[in-house]
Amino acid sequence: MNTDVHQASIGDLWKWLETVVDPEIPVLTILDMGIVRRIEIRDNDQLTISDFEGHTNTTVPVNPENAQVLVLITPTYTGCPAMNMIAAHIRLELAAHGFKDVTVREVLQPAWTTEWIPESARQKLREYGIAPPEQEARFERLLFSDVAVTCPRCQSRNTEKLAEYGSTACKALYRCKDCLEPFDYFKCH
Amino acid sequence: MRDFLLILADNTQILGHRLGEWCGHGPELEIDMAMTNLALDLIGQSRNYYQYAAELEGRGRTEDDLAYLRDAREFRNCLLVEQPNGDFAQTVARNFLFDSWHFFFLQALTHSNDERLAAIAVKSIKEVTYHLRWSSEWVIRLGDGTAESHHRIQSAFDNLWTLRGELLTPAPCETEAANAGYGVDLHAIKPQVEDKLSDILMQATLTRPQDGWMQSGGKTGRHSEHLGYILAEMQFVQRAYPNSVW
Repeated sequence: MNTDVHQASIGDLWKWLETVVDPEIPVLTILDMGIVRRIEIRDNDQLTISDFEGHTNTTVPVNPENAQVLVLITPTYTGCPAMNMIAAHIRLELAAHGFKDVTVREVLQPAWTTEWIPESARQKLREYGIAPPEQEARFERLLFSDVAVTCPRCQSRNTEKLAEYGSTACKALYRCKDCLEPFDYFKCH
Repeated sequence: MRDFLLILADNTQILGHRLGEWCGHGPELEIDMAMTNLALDLIGQSRNYYQYAAELEGRGRTEDDLAYLRDAREFRNCLLVEQPNGDFAQTVARNFLFDSWHFFFLQALTHSNDERLAAIAVKSIKEVTYHLRWSSEWVIRLGDGTAESHHRIQSAFDNLWTLRGELLTPAPCETEAANAGYGVDLHAIKPQVEDKLSDILMQATLTRPQDGWMQSGGKTGRHSEHLGYILAEMQFVQRAYPNSVW
């Protein structure tokens, strides 16, 4: 039996999950969003844990045939209907690489925050026409103030909020007073 | 702890269902979307509590069993959240009375000595911050708006006022929860809730109704006639097609 062909590493799993996108915002991958928190693999009674932080350095080999994979994801919003679909896409993606035993479980702690979205992903949001979150997610401040949001099309700061909730719970609807285009703003969370 | 969790679960579930009734009927598209997004957050939060309560029971029931297969007397939500939507002003007033309590309640619950409850609170308060912002802004806009909108939101507060007391009056399981450290001392958060109410009502140029006799009963299963109708709709599919799943 040729095992080399089927050999993979945890780093590969992270790379494959990079192809799973957020169904609501298809320019962002679930890794851009920080939704995948940890991958645990049990292979021949050996347990390997790989957290999102520092995952790029993981090269532990695994055998897809025997491995039991547990993927921990965290919801962006508690009622986010995309979570079931994201979990299904994770299972499909890993199944396509030969993993037969994959469980996806939700964890609440630490609570997801927009602060986990890196600058590279924020740039992708702007190019897609969504203004990325403007500041750190401090709920006391959110309650009492409005942030100045930059228009993703013309970069003007001269914008106004039209509605607290946009096309999804995570977005608000804004309008640019210079280029007059309405746009979604990804709220701090 | 199960009963304490059911109050939280049923409050968020029933208010979420009420807000969902606005879907397709909102006065403006943006308001319609906002209310259904609020509903989504609340129902998501209720799932966290139901899942926990079902696990604690250890009777093999699931979150769905708790939501869909209990009758009105077994629900533990406050009377306020089961009140009909009425006009938009009544919905806004009801939500603001709930949100201004919910926000400070969750803030305190983040310090729960139960790790899982604290995690749910940390997660939920991010959403509820926006809920409180939304309802506060609408109270101010309606109150400080036209004569008609002012009149309607004032009447809504006048009508709902006796129902707000229950939020801050502990049921036995809540007192037990506060004493054990996993719950919230409702007396301790009262000043913050009252300040928030007074502040927003003042900004909205509304008259704060007199505090007097307050209704109660929901937290111990004695509900208004409205809950049965909510359940008739919410639980219809499970009753008509028992054990059906998505």
